[in-house]
Amino acid sequence: MTLTAILIVAAALFGIGLFGALSQKSFVMLMMGLEMMLNGTLLAAVGFWAFTLEGAPKGQLLAILVMAVMAVELAIGFALVVAVYRKREADVIEGIGTMKQ
Amino acid sequence: MGRIGGTGMTDLLFYALSALAIWSGWRVFRVDSMIRATFALMVSFTSVGGIAVLMAADYIGVATVFMMAVEMMVMGLFMVMFMMNPAGLNPMQMVHQYKFSIAAGVLGFVGLATAVLLTNFPDNPLPENRDTLRDLGIELLGGSMLIFETAGVTLLATMVGAVALSSRRGRFGDSDAGAAPPGLHPGGEPAGRKVEKGGGHGGHGGHGGHQMNMEKTKQDSSDDPHKGHGNMSETEA
Repeated sequence: MTLTAILIVAAALFGIGLFGALSQKSFVMLMMGLEMMLNGTLLAAVGFWAFTLEGAPKGQLLAILVMAVMAVELAIGFALVVAVYRKREADVIEGIGTMKQ
Repeated sequence: MGRIGGTGMTDLLFYALSALAIWSGWRVFRVDSMIRATFALMVSFTSVGGIAVLMAADYIGVATVFMMAVEMMVMGLFMVMFMMNPAGLNPMQMVHQYKFSIAAGVLGFVGLATAVLLTNFPDNPLPENRDTLRDLGIELLGGSMLIFETAGVTLLATMVGAVALSSRRGRFGDSDAGAAPPGLHPGGEPAGRKVEKGGGHGGHGGHGGHQMNMEKTKQDSSDDPHKGHGNMSETEA
């Protein structure tokens, strides 16, 4: 287990997430793509902490912040899905061609 | 829990968990059923949590697993509540701009991997006998307390925002009452473009209010949101 191997796994997870976020039509699947990208970011943050920082605890703090970002993204994302569905009855991205009222 | 630079067992576990994380991550966007996709994403997150535990980040790893288990349950619930075709039973097109997305994903991976391989990273691994959990606790409630508290306040603001966004109506009328621009003349039509109604309903077979939606989309068919949305609505009409 080396830093290079971990970062390459993280890059693969990020790439898969990017593909998913760009290709999926459904809002929730798009959010899953974003989550997958953050998954790779989390792995990279922990890897950097373990291999380059001599165990400085601020690296773990960064990982915790990444997890907080995940939670915020998910909560606001779901609230937006509810709002858009209620207003426009749209559940795919093409359903909201216009963002203006 | 393992320590980095340890035995072959740690290496073996790392490669197994990495393969599982990447494979299940790939399955997320390949399976038909959204519920299966949710569980595949959970497996991917759990594997990453396991890798974090292997790297002696015990707290992060275990917290990731717990948090993601809950998040994915909520996600699965939302799939069933809101999404077209959550079980993957209707054959329909769930992706768009497919080739562009594959190219972007591959390019992202290759670019990041190239950057990783070409960079000389400093080599300061975790000392053998460092108590990482204690370190983290002291840091969270000591030197970096302000950052930690800021994250807490951000989560609170998120909760308020989520409630405000998803509530049907507030105390002074509809929740989006203030979102419409003012009219061009008093009491007139609001300025700006017309909102599309009933977009994205291509996949809902046998839906109660479907006929009404169809009529609405016929009226304002200036730019048809139904273009290329599966073929359910055509067969119904």
